[in-house]
Amino acid sequence: MARAVRILLAKPGLDGHDRGIKVVARALRDAGYEVIYTGLHQTPEMIVAAAIQEDVDAIGLSILSGAHNVLFPRITALLRERGAGDIAVFGGGIIPEEDMPALAAAGIGRIFNPGTSLEEIVRWVGEHVRPRGVAA
Amino acid sequence: METSSGIPVKAVYTADDLGGLPEAARVGRPGEYPYTRGIHPTMYRGRLWTMRQFAGFGAAEDTNRRFHYLLEHGQTGLSVAFDMPTLMGYDSDHPRALGEVGREGVAVDSLADMEVLFEGIPLDQATTSMTINAPANVLLAMYVAMADRQGIPRDRLGGTTQTDMLKEFIAQKEWIVPPRPSLRLIQDMLVFGTRELPRWNVISISGYHIREAGSTAVQELAFTLADGIAYVEAGLAAGLELDAFAPRLSFFFDVHNDFFEEIAKFRAARRMWARIMRERFGSKEPRSWWLRTHAQTAGVSLTAQQPLNNIARVALQALAAVLGGAQSLHTNSMDETYSLPTEEAVTVALRTQQILAHESGVTATADPLGGSYFVETLTGQVEEAAWEYIRKIDDLGGMVAAVEAGYPQREIAEASYRFQLQVERRERIIVGVNEFAAAEEPAIPTLRIDPEVEPRQASRTREVRSGRDGARADRCLSALRKAAEGHDNTMEHVLECVKAYATLGEICDVFRGVYGEYREPAVV
Repeated sequence: MARAVRILLAKPGLDGHDRGIKVVARALRDAGYEVIYTGLHQTPEMIVAAAIQEDVDAIGLSILSGAHNVLFPRITALLRERGAGDIAVFGGGIIPEEDMPALAAAGIGRIFNPGTSLEEIVRWVGEHVRPRGVAA
Repeated sequence: METSSGIPVKAVYTADDLGGLPEAARVGRPGEYPYTRGIHPTMYRGRLWTMRQFAGFGAAEDTNRRFHYLLEHGQTGLSVAFDMPTLMGYDSDHPRALGEVGREGVAVDSLADMEVLFEGIPLDQATTSMTINAPANVLLAMYVAMADRQGIPRDRLGGTTQTDMLKEFIAQKEWIVPPRPSLRLIQDMLVFGTRELPRWNVISISGYHIREAGSTAVQELAFTLADGIAYVEAGLAAGLELDAFAPRLSFFFDVHNDFFEEIAKFRAARRMWARIMRERFGSKEPRSWWLRTHAQTAGVSLTAQQPLNNIARVALQALAAVLGGAQSLHTNSMDETYSLPTEEAVTVALRTQQILAHESGVTATADPLGGSYFVETLTGQVEEAAWEYIRKIDDLGGMVAAVEAGYPQREIAEASYRFQLQVERRERIIVGVNEFAAAEEPAIPTLRIDPEVEPRQASRTREVRSGRDGARADRCLSALRKAAEGHDNTMEHVLECVKAYATLGEICDVFRGVYGEYREPAVV
């Protein structure tokens, strides 16, 4: 039997708004995923190190401070540097529409706006995240 | 049907509903103990609430321009939003500040930035609220240093520092050192403020962030008052006379969608605080019994979908705050699920308050809902449910111990998940989100922060460090370290440090060095 998909949920940057990420963590857990939550105030380096150490299949990032344009691409760049560019990355928070194309180009698979249903996040993860090293 | 806190709501209320309530339901008059109906006999007839829009972005000069704009448009008090590095005690050139400078508020690293931020603002006339917690002592010291330099007597300075660390550990989660040393630094501020700043509210005991993190109205009320109890105890433990500092404790509540429950919450809050001060602590001074509060509409209730709808939400919430008897109000802008507000959006938000104040007629009568079968019943029910939580927190050994045990944090996480599941199941309708959704949505303009702010601000701070009398700054920082290690009041030393242009990050490093950094256990 295939192992459960592992997802790291992380709070990059300095903002302490963790309501959303905690709700998403519970929803993914209830949907059968193995969820690891980093806690608050993580640097890109800390997040990438945790993702590799925990051998996760995806990283979900939450940020509400406006630092996404700097921190999200830094995380995907570090993943590629560490040979883990195949880890799927998605995110959410206070992120204007006009920032989305650049984030997509940096390798963020999907940004979820405020008001997104848990069902939609769970469905996206189901469709886009596979155990790494296993052919889709 | 039930309220957002799960209190059942009946189709009709009659006098019989009040008969079943305790003594508390006999509400008396506005301006009389226990102040259910308001702290002043004539409420807004005597004086309107203060229109205080929270603002801050970019570098100090950007925010200074927004302050002048708001004052020119009829705002009556200032309120500063600081960026994340400032809230966490890091300078703009610290590696942890990467990408964050000026993004969610204004960057203030030293007295030099503060002087730019308040350029052209008369400190003896304006009142200023600063949403700052872990480094509140540093920002308060900068404000006092500016006044000292301008020759403005300290007793003329009016304003508020939030300084409510308990709710940071519970909900907003911007901290530096652990809870107990955080409280010690707050005690030092209380002592300094009581002695030097008779018009300054040193602590604004805040339910807002607790609610935004997902609590119910009842939890917001209970946890906030329990935090207030802890601060009163801290002031007493610092040797202050109760009625010397208690009148300067102010409050800050959220005002959310459930209209009558929110009004009931404000009314219950006043009644409970009056009782806590008079009966629990034995205060003899009526001003200590008053719960004076700022209110802000619920950021978390804004939707990214159909953002113009947020104007209607904010207007209803603002009306609830006014009917609830708030002393000051911030109305959110419609675009805040995307970014900090544009000037146009913030103007609509301010105008919403002005329409309430000058067109709606709601200011003519104090507590116009007083005596309503429903509102009085609900006020009593909200109060009873909140007392239950306060008793539980007392049993845990008070709020500091409860926070260390993670109790309020867990209660809030549970409540927010419950709420989200209700939205998912459409047991709660959110217009434009899970009902009446639109297929196509036009984009709205958003505020852009110039990416050049960060490098410019970082180099400005490096210049401040290289341009100052370095030996003097070092001496002041060493003296502060000694005070922090011992029992001397740290506030005078923080003041000396900022006057010597020691930076916020350097001062907070002293506290990190002496007390250690707080790390929250990552629990989902």
